[in-house]
Amino acid sequence: MMKMKSKWVTAGTVFSTVALFGAAAATGKGVAYKDVTDMLHAVMDSDRTVYTRKVVQRLVKKDKVIKASEYHDDDKALPLPAQMFRFGSEMVAERTDKFTYSLLSLWPINKQNTPRTEVEIEGLKYVAENKGKNFYGEETLGGKDYFTAVYADVAVAKVCVSCHNEHKDTPKTDFKLKDVMGGVVIRIPKT
Amino acid sequence: MGKSAKLWLLWAVSALVFGGVIAAGMVYGGPGRPHLLIGKTTSGHHQIELSCETCHTEAFGGKEILQNACVGCHAAELKAANDSHPIKKFRDPRNASRLEKLDATQCVACHTEHKPEVTHAMGVTLPNDYCALCHQDVGENRPSHKNLSFETCASAGCHNFHDNRALYEDFLEKHAEAPDHKLKAYLELVANPPEKEPSEAEPITVADKADAPSDKRGEHSVTSEWLASGHAKGGVNCSGCHAPEQETPEAIQAAWVDKPDHKVCATCHSQEVKTFTEGKHGMRLAEGVKSQVAGFFGVFKDKPLSPMKPSLARLEMSPKVAEHEIGCATCHGAHDANTQPAKVESCQSCHTDEHSKAYTGSPHHKLFEAEQSGKGEKGTGVSCATCHLPRFLHLDEETYDETLVVNHNQNFNLRPNEKMIRSVCMDCHGLGFSINALADPEAIKSNFSKRPSVHIESIDWVTKRLKAREAAKKRRDQQ
Repeated sequence: MMKMKSKWVTAGTVFSTVALFGAAAATGKGVAYKDVTDMLHAVMDSDRTVYTRKVVQRLVKKDKVIKASEYHDDDKALPLPAQMFRFGSEMVAERTDKFTYSLLSLWPINKQNTPRTEVEIEGLKYVAENKGKNFYGEETLGGKDYFTAVYADVAVAKVCVSCHNEHKDTPKTDFKLKDVMGGVVIRIPKT
Repeated sequence: MGKSAKLWLLWAVSALVFGGVIAAGMVYGGPGRPHLLIGKTTSGHHQIELSCETCHTEAFGGKEILQNACVGCHAAELKAANDSHPIKKFRDPRNASRLEKLDATQCVACHTEHKPEVTHAMGVTLPNDYCALCHQDVGENRPSHKNLSFETCASAGCHNFHDNRALYEDFLEKHAEAPDHKLKAYLELVANPPEKEPSEAEPITVADKADAPSDKRGEHSVTSEWLASGHAKGGVNCSGCHAPEQETPEAIQAAWVDKPDHKVCATCHSQEVKTFTEGKHGMRLAEGVKSQVAGFFGVFKDKPLSPMKPSLARLEMSPKVAEHEIGCATCHGAHDANTQPAKVESCQSCHTDEHSKAYTGSPHHKLFEAEQSGKGEKGTGVSCATCHLPRFLHLDEETYDETLVVNHNQNFNLRPNEKMIRSVCMDCHGLGFSINALADPEAIKSNFSKRPSVHIESIDWVTKRLKAREAAKKRRDQQ
């Protein structure tokens, strides 16, 4: 781990819809920013992996009963795992301003998901070059201070690799299983 | 009291009265309001411009007041349009530097009302090159876009800020080869509508069953029209509209309304009335739209706006009907509930602009006449309503039940007009032809009697890019 500048988040500021928060906040001592983002990421990463393996990989690759498509409504198909993740992120953005998260990459299919802030760029490079490690930093955006954590997003199933390598907009065509394909960026505004 | 003091007093009283009248006009409405408008409103809002409270919901407050008003009316259609730039996307702080250039979380950042001098198509009040604020580097990934003027992104038939359902790249690719005119050209929802659940009510077939009080029966023709209508066939008696939910003759007599309004129609045709009050024909009748609001110790009472009438329109209208107020019965007839006149006849009785007049004799009109006369197959005719009051399947998001509805918001397909491509045009035409036709003002004026004289290159670029990509893949595979 690097750049750890943990501060304490008071229990009152923790977004409490995730059950893990409830347990942590109950200690009355507050939870470190890093622990909060780690917990959030554990939930996000697990859900994302389950959707990719148990839904997309199984139904698209193994059982071949349905396709997964970026234009899932038009194609009557499953949303892509990255979309599933982004839909959740956008819904969270509508429900709370206590934290935000996004899925970015140094090799994005959608160029809007290119890292833009210095911490994003540094963090994505770090998690790509240091497998199994996370990146934590702080940044000021729009006049507000944020604790920002970056977690590697790894190709957990064959469909991740095949879809990204073959997509017409991909800038990289040689991903392999278990490769770091990008990163999850979680931000908490500091109080 | 000296002369000077009297003059001061007169001045003070006059100032108070004058200020009071202005303040009352602003806060409560009334006849003085038109003089208080701070600038000409857009064509989307001018019908309700005297109902200030519809947008300015509170006298004091921050930008959230206007934002909530915008979202209150437009959120559902933006969601349905699969908005390409939804507000939620911009809430991520990583967009902070972009929001400094353009705060895309606020509708008024691009659509400011009362600014006619800077208002462009779609009510946009920014310079037309606004896409450059975030997409300056588009040429790096799309060589076809290098050196294009950013003013053309959203004005040349290629992209829209919100609704790109018919314009996204994969869609263009999928329909790139479609012919101008399809071999089987008909409107799917007209030719093959979903089956309706049969009405449980007993059809009414004889005049004796009419439950209108004797003094309310009207002309014989009224009863005949009703007996032949879908209402009587569906078991809807006179009281169904004139005295809803009343059963005994006494109760019907007591509750009788001679001219039921759109709210009565909404009890059975909720989606039709909802969409009617979202469009230019019925917006003035929408819930909460008022010309005057109650207050000031009862001096002011709630008053709705009057219904829309052609004299209030900004488009060319027939002077013969200038003062005809628009309600459901204006187009459908009060008792025959006939939808036929609402397809062309009703429209042309008011609209006299070039496009509307050019419909008569146009290829679409000829197809409509052929279908009406039985020579054309069902769904092959194209009327005014086909494009401007399109049918759609309303999805209940909880039950997933779909109901066939005629969208009575005549503007639904026109903001921008590419919205029409998927909901109407593509039933009969190819995508490329549709994009070209809708981007050609002359073709629109002639009501599509002329072939499109413009060619939008987006499909060509997509095809070219895909071919280049396939060639590159082949080269990689060979290595």
